Amino acid sequence: MNLTSDPQARFIVFGMLAVLTLASLIAWVLKQRFTDEKHAEVMANLNSRINAWWVMVITFFIAIIAGRMGSIILFGLVSFLALREFITLTPTRHADHRALFWVFFVITPIHYFLLAINWVAFFLIFIPVYAYLFIPMRIVLVGDTTDFLTRTSKIQWALMICVYFVSYAPALLDVNTPNFHDGAKLLCFFVFVVQISDVLQYVFGKLCGKHKISPQVSPNKTIEGFVGGVGSSIALGAALYWMTPFNPWQAAIMAAIITLMGFCGGLVMSAIKRDRGVKDWGVLIPGHGGMMDRIDSLCFAAPIFYHLTRYFLAHYAR
Amino acid sequence: MFITSKPYNLPVAIAPGKLGFSRMNPLALLVQLFTGVQARWMGCTPESKQRIYFANHTSHFDFLILWAVLPPNLRERTTAAGAADYWTKGPLRRWLCEKVFQVALIERQNVTRKNNPVTQLTAILDQGKSLIIFPEGTRSTDDQLHDFKPGIYHLAKARPNVDLVPAFIDNANRVLPKGEFLPVPLICSVTFGTPLRLESTEHKEQFLERARLAVQECAHL
Repeated sequence: MNLTSDPQARFIVFGMLAVLTLASLIAWVLKQRFTDEKHAEVMANLNSRINAWWVMVITFFIAIIAGRMGSIILFGLVSFLALREFITLTPTRHADHRALFWVFFVITPIHYFLLAINWVAFFLIFIPVYAYLFIPMRIVLVGDTTDFLTRTSKIQWALMICVYFVSYAPALLDVNTPNFHDGAKLLCFFVFVVQISDVLQYVFGKLCGKHKISPQVSPNKTIEGFVGGVGSSIALGAALYWMTPFNPWQAAIMAAIITLMGFCGGLVMSAIKRDRGVKDWGVLIPGHGGMMDRIDSLCFAAPIFYHLTRYFLAHYAR
Repeated sequence: MFITSKPYNLPVAIAPGKLGFSRMNPLALLVQLFTGVQARWMGCTPESKQRIYFANHTSHFDFLILWAVLPPNLRERTTAAGAADYWTKGPLRRWLCEKVFQVALIERQNVTRKNNPVTQLTAILDQGKSLIIFPEGTRSTDDQLHDFKPGIYHLAKARPNVDLVPAFIDNANRVLPKGEFLPVPLICSVTFGTPLRLESTEHKEQFLERARLAVQECAHL
């Protein structure tokens, strides 16, 4: 994205910074109004959440403006941090050690390297085919069969969720047609819709949430938050159609798919946390939890959005 | 036996400057970035006074993690004790322990009056330095906290005014298990418990067991 020559790019960046400024102002006003102890924790959490958003948004834009390689490196690091949180919470045995080393330092870098050199066909099958077969092979060589299936599946899942699915987001950079060649804006559209949907579900849930959607899995998710968050994200997605190859109603449908997939991703990742007996994936991002807490919805939405967009462009491109 | 029985503990109390990229020590920074290590000061605060940190031992990473997680002003004045028979074997180990970690080497096998580890360690304490020791004497491979060797008792007896701070290092055995040489980046934490001292009426066995239980307790804080 080029800020100097592209007014749309300027609008995206400064528009987002304006939204954050507004959020910080609202948080400041709320803090003045609710000074009692009952609200102290919520206010402190809201503040650290917004401050973390500033850091994340600025990092994201720096990477996007730096260019294609900057974005790929950023998402590569995100994958690495998410994978570290996932494996930390996943019981492994000594026998898995070498396989884990391969996962962190060979498979993940190769996967992002394939994206960087734009070898899309290999990039799309490297983890699901080659890495999937390699992991049990490497583990079985050690000879420890206790919980073998469970251990290999957990490592395969970790790689799929944290690396493969996440990497679909920077892969959007290369979605091009004769009429559309602005993958960076498409990536911004996707990340914005998936994240704003999380934020709006949180906001609507806090403002008018009463009926819990899934109390066993995620006690903070409410029907009111879901309806309000998803509804307003779809409207925002439609309004931002100019960042995509879609027309407004097509952009609305895509935003709906992104938010629904994101919602389910959040639930699935919560279920894993409950299963492991923790509240957050980590402590990397103040107010939010770990990296995985921030990208759980992105993981599930990215591959579907990528493939639907490519299908759409191949068959119905304007 | 390497399955962690409990999920990774999230830090509750984080000391000021815990994560800090403060005071450039490249090795400490590397360890912090690699393991995302968190200090959980549950039983005391990271004060700048002389202390003996004693912890469970499962990995070569233990010392690095405990050392890297200390605030820089404390870290600068903290030395670890390592087994001489292990750390002088081969040029790489010798170089690591002399130049990189500056481990205080203590004798585990042929202890004489001259090379008595307790004498060596009290000499380091008398220089005003803090110590990191692993009283189990060797790395545990079965996830159990084994009986403590008597050295910590003799040290506490020789310098009764120095606080002994129990610490539990979580996940280091998965970062670098015994027998492996390539580390895997997993998130570690160090939990510091309430400092203890040798009671005047306490026997050796009583004290060793109390110290062991103090480390055990840190695991559940």
